[in-house]
Amino acid sequence: MIKLEKVTKVYADGTKAVNEMSFEVNQGELCVFLGPSGCGKTTTMKMINRLIPITSGKIYIDGVDNTRMNDSELRRNIGYAIQEIGLFTHMTVGQNIETVPVLKGWSKSRRRERAEELLELVRMKPSEFIDKYPNELSGGQRQRVGVARALGADPPILLMDEPFGAIDPINRVELQSEFLKIQQKIRKTIIFVTHDIYEAIKMGDRIALMKDGELVQYDTPANLLYRPKDAFVEGFVGADRALKGLQLLRVKEVMTATYAAVNMKDNAAVVRERMEKEGIDWMPVMDNNGRFMGGISISSLIGGRAGTVKDVLSPSEATSDVNAVLNEALSLMLSSGLKTLPIVDENNRLEGILTFDAIQEALHEAVKTGGTK
Amino acid sequence: MLEAWEFILRRPELLAEWVLAHLWIIFVAIIIAVILGIVLGVFITGKGREQIADSVLYLAEIVMTIPSLALFGLLMLLLSGVGLKAIGFLPAVIALIVYGQLPILRNTYTAIRAVDPAMVEAGRGMGMTESQILFRIELPLAVPVIMAGIRNSIVLLIGIATIAAMIGAEGLGVPIFRGLRNARMDLILIGGISVSILALLVDGLVALVERRITPKGLRVSR
Repeated sequence: MIKLEKVTKVYADGTKAVNEMSFEVNQGELCVFLGPSGCGKTTTMKMINRLIPITSGKIYIDGVDNTRMNDSELRRNIGYAIQEIGLFTHMTVGQNIETVPVLKGWSKSRRRERAEELLELVRMKPSEFIDKYPNELSGGQRQRVGVARALGADPPILLMDEPFGAIDPINRVELQSEFLKIQQKIRKTIIFVTHDIYEAIKMGDRIALMKDGELVQYDTPANLLYRPKDAFVEGFVGADRALKGLQLLRVKEVMTATYAAVNMKDNAAVVRERMEKEGIDWMPVMDNNGRFMGGISISSLIGGRAGTVKDVLSPSEATSDVNAVLNEALSLMLSSGLKTLPIVDENNRLEGILTFDAIQEALHEAVKTGGTK
Repeated sequence: MLEAWEFILRRPELLAEWVLAHLWIIFVAIIIAVILGIVLGVFITGKGREQIADSVLYLAEIVMTIPSLALFGLLMLLLSGVGLKAIGFLPAVIALIVYGQLPILRNTYTAIRAVDPAMVEAGRGMGMTESQILFRIELPLAVPVIMAGIRNSIVLLIGIATIAAMIGAEGLGVPIFRGLRNARMDLILIGGISVSILALLVDGLVALVERRITPKGLRVSR
């Protein structure tokens, strides 16, 4: 747990960067520091591991005043990831990840084991990447190694300063989702700095919205969206908050888990008759093992020759998974032109379907109830 | 040309002596210059030392513009003034250290300043001490540029060391000046060509060392 008590930072030239900021970050929560540039979010974060000395006030980590610990000792127990990543280019991926374990004097075998475990966690094959150099990696891979390195010695707390800020939007969304999955497993206490409201809503258990060195609202993403404290928050959240609310919803909360499906071997004519009768214009197709194979639309059946469903199905449809954020699923539907998005698990088994109607309904509900489910 | 060749065949031990003496002076000078240059270079990159860095680099550059003959002369005066041996090995080595300093100093300074601040910040944020940042991040990353400076300096010194013969130091300057005094073209050729060959050889050798100690991660690229 991290507790800030009237934390204030005044720089030598007299600028007040942070003014009497007080709040608590709960154990195992991801807390986003959000705000326009110059609002003091990075300064506040860096006072936690004392990269920036505090002017007045106190910061407690698990009840201990952080100025009572030795600088290096304090930092070795707090993971640190920055936007520029800052991987050491003269060291291998493995050596980079082992940085803090080396500083802490872990044995060689334990370090190596940890590095492999962490590469596994960020979905990079250890045997392939551990001996590579940062210059041999793509931007997204470097970003992953940066996260793995921050987790090196398994610190209970992580500080992340726009950790996904340096990569393109598509990869960023993917990394965010991946990181959320990782956080589900590791349950660290995380401070996550960003200026991107979408990222904040998606990632945060709680958001600390700051402005000019002051804490404006410290709340859950839903409350920030639907119960803004003042005009600044409302303006920052934006007029399209209903759309931003999509970030708060997961596919599994909105999808239809009971749906009609057909088998590959079904007779096309029979299926067409059924779809016409029930007024369905799209159906998922499965094989005998329940795996998702593709979809058929009524238009592809009309005028089609007699035969099995297999002959008319359109394979390689876009799919999503239950943990995807709703706006990503929606944008996938819009870009692929699907009116119904199949939701599958990692074995490609169909778990449900997502429709425009369901999304609309969920959004309407969220606005009405203020995001409380 | 032919006479020079005949001379070498007749007195090979003399040539070997000159070459070894030449290398020895440079070896001693470069070792000290490297240590001084790197230590000073690292020192002036420190926080809040920008002013010192400017002055030190400026001074070093001014020293470089002093003609070597003049510097040897000055050193003779200076050394005899404090009662030290004013001719031979000592003033020669001191002059070479002074000259060899700048490329190493400047490159060390530039290379460390050029290290990506993100790496330094990441290192500090993960709990490295200032000396760990220096020895684990900054210096390894600066190695290629520092080595280039050392190479530069060695080649420079091989040339300048010839002139040290004027103040009584041993080395390949000896046959050159003897040849000039006695109008012996063969001696001048032997000295001159040997210096050139030596410079090329040593430069190649140091280049090999440079490649060996450059961290592998800095050589590979996507």
